Amino acid sequence: MLAYVVRRLLYAIPILLGVNLFTFVLFFGVNSPDDIARMQLGSKYANAEAITRWKAERGYDKPMFYNAERKDAARLTDTLFVDKSLRMFTFEFGRADDGHDIAREIRLRMGPSLAVALPTFLLSLTAAIVLSLLLVFFRATALDFWGVVICVALMSISSMFYIIGGQWLVSKMLMLVPISGYAGGLDMARFLGLPVLIGVVAGLGSGTRWYRTIFLEEISRDYVRTARAKGLSELAVLFRHVLKNALIPILTGVVVVIPSLFLGSLLMESFFAIPGLGSYTIDAIRGQDFAVVRSMVFIGSVMYIVGLVLTDISYTVVDPRVRLG
Amino acid sequence: MNILPVPLLTDCLIFLLALAAVALAVQAARHTPSREAWRRLGQRPVAMACATILLVFAAIGFLDSLHYREQLPPGPGDQAAKAVYSSEVLSVLDALLTPLRVQTEKTYSAPFARVLFQREMLELPDGGQAWVYPRLAHGASHLPDGAAMLPDLARRLLWTPLAALLVTAAALLALAAPAARIRGGGVLDAARSILAGRSTLAWRAALLVTFLAALCIAAGVALAPFYHVLGTDKVGQDVLYLSLKSIRTGLVIGTLTTLIMLPFAIALGIAAGYLGGWVDDAIQYAYTVLNSIPSVLLIAASVLMMQVMIDSNPQWFDTAAQRSDARLLALCAILGITSWTSLCRLLRGETLKLRELDYVQAARAFGASTAAILRRHILPNVMHIVLITVVLDFSSLVLAEAVLSYVGIGVDPTTISFGTMINMARAELAREPVVWWSLASAFVFMLVLVLAANLLADAVRDAFDPRRG
Repeated sequence: MLAYVVRRLLYAIPILLGVNLFTFVLFFGVNSPDDIARMQLGSKYANAEAITRWKAERGYDKPMFYNAERKDAARLTDTLFVDKSLRMFTFEFGRADDGHDIAREIRLRMGPSLAVALPTFLLSLTAAIVLSLLLVFFRATALDFWGVVICVALMSISSMFYIIGGQWLVSKMLMLVPISGYAGGLDMARFLGLPVLIGVVAGLGSGTRWYRTIFLEEISRDYVRTARAKGLSELAVLFRHVLKNALIPILTGVVVVIPSLFLGSLLMESFFAIPGLGSYTIDAIRGQDFAVVRSMVFIGSVMYIVGLVLTDISYTVVDPRVRLG
Repeated sequence: MNILPVPLLTDCLIFLLALAAVALAVQAARHTPSREAWRRLGQRPVAMACATILLVFAAIGFLDSLHYREQLPPGPGDQAAKAVYSSEVLSVLDALLTPLRVQTEKTYSAPFARVLFQREMLELPDGGQAWVYPRLAHGASHLPDGAAMLPDLARRLLWTPLAALLVTAAALLALAAPAARIRGGGVLDAARSILAGRSTLAWRAALLVTFLAALCIAAGVALAPFYHVLGTDKVGQDVLYLSLKSIRTGLVIGTLTTLIMLPFAIALGIAAGYLGGWVDDAIQYAYTVLNSIPSVLLIAASVLMMQVMIDSNPQWFDTAAQRSDARLLALCAILGITSWTSLCRLLRGETLKLRELDYVQAARAFGASTAAILRRHILPNVMHIVLITVVLDFSSLVLAEAVLSYVGIGVDPTTISFGTMINMARAELAREPVVWWSLASAFVFMLVLVLAANLLADAVRDAFDPRRG
């Protein structure tokens, strides 16, 4: 198992290198640092001198891959690619274009992001599974049919409407919780209740429908017939046998997102003014802070690959037939 | 008046898409198994109803894709030799909606309102001043007072059901006439069997939707020149106009994204699955790398870079419309780059299965070239996956546009889209009293479009996926 995990993590290196190279080409190849400096400075102030200074202050004044002015190994290491891209493998993200330390900001903002994303994730998973099992329980009845229709209708509503509508209804009309904001400690619950609720409702339609198809595939298996033949009630069959056996397809979709949870949700955090990594990313996008966006792309990819490894490991936990070797 | 046609890039691609759809239809009619699948699809009333709704949307989008520039009247000093065209790019839809487009108000006004949403200081005829709600410049301006509105509405709406019935009857006749010729028997009999739901395809559902759509359009034609049916937005633009214009943006993003990525996904997926070896490894590596970047971030990074590129090269575009159109197309391309991986993987898996089947082995044994095998034997047999993916992706892309535009990495702020509408309407709910109509219109239009697409996608999947019965 350990050998397998190590091997999988080694496999991840070429992929991360690919991600790294791809983002580097995207950020430095499509537009030269000069273009970016000109845009950041604004066309009014962008003379040659200002551009050179802007680049020098932020370390963009090096050649991309090969520094002919240096000697030996420094020819290859004292370049933009090493400085701005390869450094990320050691989680050194450097400074943002406006000067603040990216790594510190990420550490500060992880907590609020997790505080929203984790409850949303757990609650929507539970709600979707329970609802879909109920639909499967009532399969081939009018309840199932209309349940699916409602799911499709829920899926067809943009998540923006859930957020805007929820804020308007719960905060403005009923005045139950503040519209947006964030606080630590016990106050947190007041601020997080609404975003979590909206997050759960917004994902309910697609989640329920997805799990329903998974469970419907399981329900025609032989072990279900055996369980029924033993005289178990249909509810026991569904929640004990079918749920357990459907865990593999469920885990495939679920575990991979767990590490990415702390990256937060762009929409939720921006609408509810939660100081997490999602709103950090959105601010960076709106302020065109490329250093931050680059770092977030890299972290996101690392988390995705970690998620894939975790998925494989989770298979061995729920299904003793799966052996990783 | 002289006009100068301005085919925008996305327009050309839309025409290409329409051609491709026709080619696909011809191909499907010849190919017996897929004709069966299409028939299974057409037998479902839900599918026919949704397809009709989508056709209405597509017609609006198509009208909005025929762009032109009007010739300006020659100025006093100009020579007549060289025509001067307005820098404003219009579409046929704009021309049809001219009253909606030009009859703008000062700021917000509610649906069917006679007065502005905000009070203003007005000069009275007797020299004094008053703090009142001013009358709208265009909305309901033909009425003497508020009491005259209901009779006026009734009078204008009176003929709309009749018009809708006529349109539906014409459609029914157009369906019944060929059916009568094929089967024999009278046209009336054929029409009766369609209305009774006895036709092979579920035409009755399509006709019902046609009636409803015709009713809505007739009501719009009757009322929109005289009222702001859905109110006006912050700068006084008619919300109905904005909603209709948003349709094209949504359709472009939903369809062109897939159109752009399809050739790559199909070619690479089939090549990886059939050829195997290092080709397979390289393609798998490429899509694993792209797949591991969270899509929002990848889109954000690409769009930011595209913005810098467009901003640093203003000489590429003649008009603002061309620039925002290029941005829309670039957004489609970027969304395509991030979404081809899943289709590619599906096609690779299916091809891996197909290449071991007897008929492919036989073709190889007969000495057919690899290209011929891929084209004749593999490609037609993976097309159902392509079709299902295209239809399934459509609705999520329309929804994605709204979110991306909110984040600031979507369409150009000057492009009218559901995303920009929602974005502007977001702050309006905080006003007192609430300005709800922009958001509600965007909600309804988007819901109808996406719901129809989702329901159709389900039906397509059921009809074409051999694993579902």
